Amino acid sequence: MQDEFGSGRVQKAPESFLNREGIKTVFAEAKKGRRDFIRNAFAAAAAGVAVPVALAQGNPVPSDGGDPNILQLPEHSTGLGQGVASDSGYGKPSKYESNVQRRQSPGLTQTTQASVSFAPLQSLFGIVTPSGLHFERHHQGWWDIDPSKHRLMINGMVKASKVFTLDEIMRLPSVSRFHFIECGANTAVDWGNVAVPTVQYTHGMISCSEFTGVPLITLLELAGADLKNGKFVLAEGADGSSMTRTIPMSLILSGEVFVAYGQNGEMLRPEQGYPLRLIVPGVQGVSWVKYLRRIKVGDMPFATKDEAVHYIDLQPGGQHRQYTSIQECKSVVTTPSGGQVLLDKGFYNITGLAWSGRGKVKKVDVSVDGGRNWRTARIESPTLPKALTRFNLDWVWDGKPAIIQSRAMDETGFVQPSYKQLRAVRGTRSIYHNNAIQSWLVQESGEVKNVQVS
Amino acid sequence: MFRFPKTVLASALLVLSGFSAAQGIASYPGVGRDATPKEVAAWDIDVRPDFKGLPPGSGSVAKGQDIWEGKCAQCHGFFGESGEVFSPLIGGVTQDDIKTGHVANLRATTFPGRTTFMKVATLSTVWDFINRAMPWNAPKSLSTDDVYAVTAFMLNLSGIVPDNFTLSDKNIRDVQSLMPNRNGMTTEHNLWPGKEFNGVAKPDTQNVACMKDCAPEPKVASFLPDFARNAHGNLAEQNRLVGAQHGADTTRPERKLGSPVEPNAMMKPVAPKADAAGGDAKQPTALLQKYICLSCHAIDRKIVGPSYSDVSKKYPGQVDYLIKKIQSGGSGIWGPIPMPPQKLTEAEARTIATWLASGANK
Repeated sequence: MQDEFGSGRVQKAPESFLNREGIKTVFAEAKKGRRDFIRNAFAAAAAGVAVPVALAQGNPVPSDGGDPNILQLPEHSTGLGQGVASDSGYGKPSKYESNVQRRQSPGLTQTTQASVSFAPLQSLFGIVTPSGLHFERHHQGWWDIDPSKHRLMINGMVKASKVFTLDEIMRLPSVSRFHFIECGANTAVDWGNVAVPTVQYTHGMISCSEFTGVPLITLLELAGADLKNGKFVLAEGADGSSMTRTIPMSLILSGEVFVAYGQNGEMLRPEQGYPLRLIVPGVQGVSWVKYLRRIKVGDMPFATKDEAVHYIDLQPGGQHRQYTSIQECKSVVTTPSGGQVLLDKGFYNITGLAWSGRGKVKKVDVSVDGGRNWRTARIESPTLPKALTRFNLDWVWDGKPAIIQSRAMDETGFVQPSYKQLRAVRGTRSIYHNNAIQSWLVQESGEVKNVQVS
Repeated sequence: MFRFPKTVLASALLVLSGFSAAQGIASYPGVGRDATPKEVAAWDIDVRPDFKGLPPGSGSVAKGQDIWEGKCAQCHGFFGESGEVFSPLIGGVTQDDIKTGHVANLRATTFPGRTTFMKVATLSTVWDFINRAMPWNAPKSLSTDDVYAVTAFMLNLSGIVPDNFTLSDKNIRDVQSLMPNRNGMTTEHNLWPGKEFNGVAKPDTQNVACMKDCAPEPKVASFLPDFARNAHGNLAEQNRLVGAQHGADTTRPERKLGSPVEPNAMMKPVAPKADAAGGDAKQPTALLQKYICLSCHAIDRKIVGPSYSDVSKKYPGQVDYLIKKIQSGGSGIWGPIPMPPQKLTEAEARTIATWLASGANK
């Protein structure tokens, strides 16, 4: 964006590059009609000469010749710091990061055991979700299960039903892969209209981790599964809800589905199914059964509660779509996003996340005028199939209202739909699988609002 | 020399097993064992739509009502109609739906909410779920006959079977043919990976990646009203303290662009709440978590049961009375939905009762 200043379009965002006194002077001079003075002042500002760029940080040059944070050496520069392993052997984030939490959406559920906590997407970088900030969805509370007592059983249409201990599963050849997990109900509350203020609540039921485990096909083959007639697989959890879902055989045969014990270099977190959960790449989170205790091979779908009462998508004609599983291509700008404040005009990095349950993200376009015009964002490596992908776009905000959107395209050529397109086919009562383009309105005050555009 | 061929043989086997692994038909010696029939029976509890897996047994509507009032009503209401804790189970279904097999209210955008019996097409789902996961705080505690009975009671509440009905493994298929939304499901969509269903090949939305002059001037059609600005808590406290954007202080009017950042207002880190499983077990609030009291009671609002502040106002200083009520349960004072007896120790009940009797402060 430096080019814009070089090409004389400096009037776009002048104030940010001058301190308060500078602005006063500029406008006083402007009133006198000295436009050349303004141009010169802004040119100097753009070149970074003699003016603080950091006004937005609330950090003007102090009158006494310098920043006390620089001039007066702080304690951490003049004292002795803390020793190794002084944090009980497991490091924690800085105390200044304690605002960055997963949170419940007030009023969404009446209990904490059948509930959701949303990941703070507005505060995350890159594509990996820290394990402690991974969104949670429990149906009947979470447990911390003794791994030495956990068992995985394979039964149904198999030559011999099998039992595995965790020791045994961890002996088998393993894979480590990055995948996103998104709840089928992510963004559900905004199907009809805007209902929540921030990206944490609109899109926070998505996370991405590196998972480690054993392809399910390996275990099925060990049990001698009848893969010709056994077209459907049931996954079942060991917790109170004993969550069950019918798992697509095509993703098992392709080797994509695996039973995971590892997450981001350590074991799964208890809230994520310690010690064993199913990974079903590209498919909604409810199929990623936690505390996995049993896999059954059968010749018909199982119509479990979470695929016959919930996680079914009501269509305008009154029919429910059943066994909807794929999380289609979707993206969202995470900053600037709802509930945030742009402290001043000037340069900003628009950044966000894109993903597709059908493969890799190919392209992400960003609009700052509510979808009239689009620019292609930079995609940061790595770009992995069925994983979160980070995108960035330079932007200079001129202080006028702006509506920021992102629109992802995946490697199948599928383009993320608008709300209008989505509602035209699915109505507004579908609850699940809302992958519409998200709009954030940057108001003149700098405060960003969740909006939907006509 | 006799031993030499054996070594060769062993090497050959190793090569062979490596080869077969590459072919995806590996055996991994020492990993896994056959499950015993007893083990399979203990866990193989799923019941399919064709009722494969359903154990023999039976239960009457009347018996189901008894179980319901003791174990189910506190969350789901006496008639399965309550939406106070979970989505309602019963309601919205007509005799005509039982004939058509497709619930008409699903087409009516005006009908409030969708109950389980409006949605579910397969009776096996109901039986299987009650059997595996109910009651919510004591899953898998019902006997097979109890599950039949509770299912029968729900079918009766929905007008599907008469008052004197007894549901069993013998007649459950007949009842399936009466399920009000049995024809209400479709798999004609593009969201199942694989060809097992009659899915459609093409996604149902087809956007194009237009880049320039794509749409008319956008109008904001929906946004959060100002009164809801702080409804999710102070958003300043939900954003990192540093960065290109800060969180909006939603406890105050919108700031003016470029006005100085007020570190004191923006930089108050909020201590994380104690998580559900942790906390000091001697604290009354930790006990409320431990014994899942909070699924029916909140500190300052009514859920299923009265709020703790209301209980506290009604019974100031009455520790012994409150201990008794916690331990024995009851109904009628705050409403018809009963509170079941709570299994906690005398000391734990006393901790909670003392806290209640002295103001129920957070």
